[in-house]
Amino acid sequence: MIGLLVGVPLLGAAVLLLGGRRLDRSGHWLATLLAAVSFVIGAVLFASMLGEDAESRAMHSKLFSWVPVEGFQADMAFQLDQLSMTFVLLITGVGTLIHLYSVGYMEHDPKRRRFFAYLNLFLAAMLLLVLADNFLLLYVGWEGVGLASYLLIGFWQHKPSAATAAKKAFLVNRVGDAGLAIAIFLMFTTFGTFAFAPVLSAAGEASEGKLTAIGLMLLLAACGKSAQVPLQSWLGDAMEGPTPVSALIHAATMVTAGVYLITRSGAIFNGAPDAQLVVVIVGAVTLLFGAIVGCAKDDIKKALAGSTMSQIGYMILAAGLGPIGYAFAIMHLVTHGFFKAGLFLGAGSVMHGMNDEVDMRRYGGLRKHMPVTFVTFGLGYLAIIGFPGLSGFFSKDQIIEAAFGKGGTEGWILGAVTLLGAAITAYYMTRVMLMTFFGEERWRKAPTPSPAEPDVEPAAETRGAYAPPHPHESPKIMTIPMIVLAFGSVFAGGLFKAGESFVGWLEPVTQFEHGHSPVSATAVTAATIVALVLGVGAAYLQYGRKPVPALAPRGSLLTRAARRDLLQDDFNHVVLVSGGTHLTRSLVYVDNKVVDGAVNGTAASFGGLSGRLRRLQNGFARSYAVSMFGGAAVLIAATLLMRAV
Amino acid sequence: MTGMIDVASAGGAPGVHSLWTVAAGAGDKLQAPSIEYGKLSPTLIVLGAAALGVLIDAFAPRRARYGAQLFVALVGLAAAFAAVIGLAASGAGTTEAQIAGMGALAVDGPALFLQGTLLLVGIVGVFTFAERKLEPSAHGSRVDSFAAQPASVPGGEGETQAVKAGWTTTEVFPLLMFAVGGMLLFPAANDLLTLFIALEVFSLPLYLLCALARRRRLLSQEAAVKYFLLGAFSSAFLLFGTALLYGYAGTVSYSGIARVVSGTDAISDPVLAQTAGNDALLLIGGALVVMGLLFKVGAVPFHMWTPDVYQGAPTPVTGFMAAATKVAAFGALLRLLYVVLPGLRWDWRPVMWGVAILTMLAGAIVAITQTDIKRLLAYSSIAHAGFLLAGVIATSKDGISSVLFYLGAYSFVTLGAFAVVTLVRDAGGEATHLSKWAGLGRRSPLLAAVFAVFLLAFAGIPLTSGFAGKFAVFKAAAEGGAGVLVVIGVLASAIAAFFYLRVIVLMFFSEPQADGPSVAVPSVMTTSAIAIGVVVTVVLGVAPQYFLDLAGQAGVFVR
Repeated sequence: MIGLLVGVPLLGAAVLLLGGRRLDRSGHWLATLLAAVSFVIGAVLFASMLGEDAESRAMHSKLFSWVPVEGFQADMAFQLDQLSMTFVLLITGVGTLIHLYSVGYMEHDPKRRRFFAYLNLFLAAMLLLVLADNFLLLYVGWEGVGLASYLLIGFWQHKPSAATAAKKAFLVNRVGDAGLAIAIFLMFTTFGTFAFAPVLSAAGEASEGKLTAIGLMLLLAACGKSAQVPLQSWLGDAMEGPTPVSALIHAATMVTAGVYLITRSGAIFNGAPDAQLVVVIVGAVTLLFGAIVGCAKDDIKKALAGSTMSQIGYMILAAGLGPIGYAFAIMHLVTHGFFKAGLFLGAGSVMHGMNDEVDMRRYGGLRKHMPVTFVTFGLGYLAIIGFPGLSGFFSKDQIIEAAFGKGGTEGWILGAVTLLGAAITAYYMTRVMLMTFFGEERWRKAPTPSPAEPDVEPAAETRGAYAPPHPHESPKIMTIPMIVLAFGSVFAGGLFKAGESFVGWLEPVTQFEHGHSPVSATAVTAATIVALVLGVGAAYLQYGRKPVPALAPRGSLLTRAARRDLLQDDFNHVVLVSGGTHLTRSLVYVDNKVVDGAVNGTAASFGGLSGRLRRLQNGFARSYAVSMFGGAAVLIAATLLMRAV
Repeated sequence: MTGMIDVASAGGAPGVHSLWTVAAGAGDKLQAPSIEYGKLSPTLIVLGAAALGVLIDAFAPRRARYGAQLFVALVGLAAAFAAVIGLAASGAGTTEAQIAGMGALAVDGPALFLQGTLLLVGIVGVFTFAERKLEPSAHGSRVDSFAAQPASVPGGEGETQAVKAGWTTTEVFPLLMFAVGGMLLFPAANDLLTLFIALEVFSLPLYLLCALARRRRLLSQEAAVKYFLLGAFSSAFLLFGTALLYGYAGTVSYSGIARVVSGTDAISDPVLAQTAGNDALLLIGGALVVMGLLFKVGAVPFHMWTPDVYQGAPTPVTGFMAAATKVAAFGALLRLLYVVLPGLRWDWRPVMWGVAILTMLAGAIVAITQTDIKRLLAYSSIAHAGFLLAGVIATSKDGISSVLFYLGAYSFVTLGAFAVVTLVRDAGGEATHLSKWAGLGRRSPLLAAVFAVFLLAFAGIPLTSGFAGKFAVFKAAAEGGAGVLVVIGVLASAIAAFFYLRVIVLMFFSEPQADGPSVAVPSVMTTSAIAIGVVVTVVLGVAPQYFLDLAGQAGVFVR
C-alpha cells in the first residue's frame, strides 16, 4: 500500500514517457488521474492511521532487500509515520491541484505529454524521499527530485535562459547532494547503518563532534534543496520553468525537502547544539535575504521566489530551534504549501491573461478583469503576511514565539529577526498586491525603454505597434484549484492551531517541548500584528498612494543590489567560477606537463624497449636455439642455486 | 595401479612402466596388460578416427574425400566429447578418479576437463580447417587454406598443375585428429615416457600442418622447419630430463618419482646405486623436463619460435595450435609440477617466478611494436602464457582450477580471433598487416565489433571471459603468496591493453585505406567458429560462476 503511493505516479511517468505520441491527447488526464489516485491512497492511509493510537501509528513496509551485503544492508523499505503522512498529503494534494491547473495552463504546449510525465516523476521522487525508511533510499528520492526539477525548470529548453537556469539549479543542488552523501558516509562509519530507526535511536550515544559533522553536512544538503544561503542562487532563476512548476517546487515539493531532512534527523541535531546554531543562523539570514530580494523584484514570479526563500528561512530557523520548533516548522510548511501554491497559480493566471508578461510595472488594476484570481490571490496574500485568523498568522506567530522561546540573547535576536521578517513580508507582498491588482492600468500604454537601466533590452513589442493585452479570467480548470487552495490558505492554520492538534499529531515523531519565552504569547502576537501593520502601511504609502512608475526608478544602492539578488551571482562568479576556472587551468597544466609527461614517457620507454627486444627476434633458428640453450643453462643454474642457498 | 604392483611383484624392475618391463623381462610369462578401454575411450575414439581418416585419404576417390574426412573428424570428436561427458558424469573426474592403462594415464578431473576443452577446440578447429569459401575457387573447384599439393616446390611446375586441377589437401583432417589424440594424452600422461610419446604424437602433425599454407608457401615452410628444429631440440631436453629423473628415482612413473622425492620409497635396484637419490640429477632432470613443456607453452626464453611459426602457418592451423597446444601443455605442466615435483616446490617456485615475470613482460612489451596481426597475437599468446604461469605457481587447488578455467576461456577467444583474421583478405590472401585493418569498423562493423570483443577479452576487460580468467588466476596467485607476481601481472596487462586497444582504435577511429582489404563472406563453418568464440567469451564473462565451479570440482589430480 505504501509502495503504491510512490509507484502510481512513477508508473504514470513511465507510461507517459514510453507511450509515445499516441498518448499526446490523453496523457495529461492520465497523469492527473494518477496523482489523484496517489492522493486518495494517501487519504485512506491517513484515515486508517487516525484509527490507531498515537504511538503505534508509524507503518513500515519492506519491498525487497536492495543492497544485501554483509555489514551494508540497504532495503527498499518505506516508513509512513505522522511526519511522512503530513508530507504525503501535502505533496499529493497540492500536487494533484497543480496537475489539474496545468491541464489548462499547458493546453497549447506541443510537449504537454512530456511535461505531465515529468510532473508525475517529480511527485514520485518526492514521495520516495519522504517515505524512505533509510537515508540511502532518501538519497535516491533526493536525486530524483533534483532530476525532475532539472527537467521541468528547463522544460522550455529552446530558451537559452531556461536551459541555463535548469543547469544552474542542477549544479547548485549537486553541492548540497554532496553534503548529503558525505552525511550518509559519516552515519555509516559512526553507526554502521543508515536506516532511520537505528541511527536516530543511537544518535545520543555518538560523540558530539561526529554529530556536529553529520548535522552540518545534512544542513548543507538542506541548503541546496531548500535554497538557503549560501546555496540559494538557483531559486530565482528557476522561475524560467512553466509557472505550475514553480508552484510545485515552491509549495509541495523540492524546497520543503530540506526542512523534512532536518526535522527527520532531529535526533542528530538535538545532540549537536553547534550544528543547530548554524541551522538557526542560516534560517535567519535567509529569512531576511529572501525578504529583501522580494522587495526589489518587479518580476511577479521572482518576487514570489524571494518570498519562498524567506518563508523557508522561517521553517529552517524553527527546525534549528530543536524540539520546540520542529512541529511549527512543519506546520508553517503545510500552510505555506497552500498559500504559496495559491499565489503561484494566481501569478500564472495573471500571466495567462497578460500574454505572459511578468513585469508588475506593466500590470495594474487587474482586480476588475480577473475577479477570481484577485480574490484567491488576495486570500493567499492575507495568509502569507499573517493576517490574523488566516493560516499564515497561526503558523508564523508560533515560530516567532518559539524564536523568543529559545531564550537568552539568542532568543531576543531571533525573535527580532523573525518580527522584522514579518514586517518586510507584509511590505513586499502588499507591494505585489498593489502593483498587480490595484492602481492605474499601466498595461494599456506602450512601454518605453528604461533610462535607469540602459542594459535592459527593450521588449520586443516596443519595436512594432503596441497592442495592449486583453486581461481575462482564466478557465475553470485553472481557477478551481486556486479556489481550493484559497480555502486551505484561510482555514488550515486555524485547524492546526485548534487545541494544538497539529503539534500533538507530530509529537510522537518530532517530540515537543514548550519554549520558555521571556515575553508572553499575547505580547508576541501583538508585536506581530504591529509589524504587519507597519509593513502594509509602508507599502501602501509607497505604492498605493502614489502612481507606480511604469519604469523602475534607479533606486538606492540597496535596491539595486537586491534587484541583483543581493549580488549572490556576482559573488559566486568572482569566488567560485573564476576561482574554479583558475584551479582547473592550473590542474590542466599539471596534467599536461607532469601527468601526461610521465605517462607518455613511460609509454615511450616501453616502446623503445619493445623495439630493442624485437631485434632479438632475428628470424634465424640457430639464434633461437642458442637462446633456448642459454635460457636452459640459466634456469638450471638458478635451480641449483636455489638449493644451495 | 594394481597392474603395476602385480608386475613389480612378478619380478620386473620396480616402478618402471609395466608395458616395457614385461616385454624386457626374460623368461617371465607374458602377462596381458589390463587396459580400461572405457576410461580411455575419448583418446581411443579420436585416434581411431584419425586412422580411419588415413585410410580414407588412401582409398577413397578424390572427390569424396573432403566430405568423408569432415564427417569422420566431426563425428569422432563429438563422440569423444560425449565419452568425456559420460566419464565426468559417472564421477571419473572426482570420486572415481584413477590411474588407467597400467599406470600410463590418469583419468581425473583436470584430465577430463582439459580433454573436454581440447575436443571442443578440435571441433571448432575442424570448422576453420574445412572452410572453402574464402579462397577464390581454382579452376572451378572450391579450395581451402591449404596447399594444393604439399610435396610440390613452391612456385614450381607441380604446384601450378595441382592448383589447376583444383586439388586440396584432405590429409589435414587426419593430421589434426592425430594432433588432438596426442594432446588428449598429454595432460593425462602419468609417466614421463607416455608424456614424451604424447608430445611427439601431437607435435609431428603440427609441424606438418604448419608447412601447408596455400599462400606464401615459403614463409609457411620456413616456419615449419623452424618449429620442427626447435621442437626437436626441446624434445631432447625433455627426454634427457626423463633419463636423469629415472637415474634419480629408478622409475618414470609420476607417483613413483614423487614418492622417492618425499622419501617414502627407497630404491633397491643395484644398477642405479651410483645415481639414485642424487639431488643434482633430480633438480637438473626436473628442470629439463619442465623446460620441454615451457617450450610448448611458449614461455620466455623458449618462446622465440612462437611469432615466426604463428605468422607462417596457415591461419586455421595457427588458431588451432595456439589454442590447443597451450591447453595440452599447461595441463601436462600442472600435472608434472603438482604430482611429481610438489616436494621440490621451494626449488622450482623461484625459478618459475622469474620465468613467469619475464614471459608476461616480454610478451606484452614486444607486442607493442608489432605490425602484423598474427605476430601481434603470437606475442599476446606469450604474455598469456605468463599469466597462466602465475596461476600455476599458486601451488594450490585454486591455482589448478583457475588455470583450467583460464585455458578454457582463452582457447575460444584465440580460435575466434584467428578465424576473424582469415576473413580479412586482399588480392594476396589474408591481409595481416595492421595498416590494412585501418577503418575496418566502418566497412564491416559487425566483424570489427566481434574482433573487438575478442581483443577486449585478451585484454581482460570485465564482462568478457578474459577478465574472469585473469581474475581467477591472479586471485589464486595472490592467495598463494605471489603478490609481487600479481602486481607485475597487472602491470603487464596494462601494457598489453595498449596494443589490443590500439587495434580497436585503428579499426574504428581511422580512415579506411583506399586499397584496403575486403571482408570475405565465410561459409557456415567459419561463421559458427566465430560465433562459438563470441558466445563462450561473453557467457564466461557475464556468468562465469558455473564454469568456475566446474573447474573447481575438476581441480584435483589423482596420484
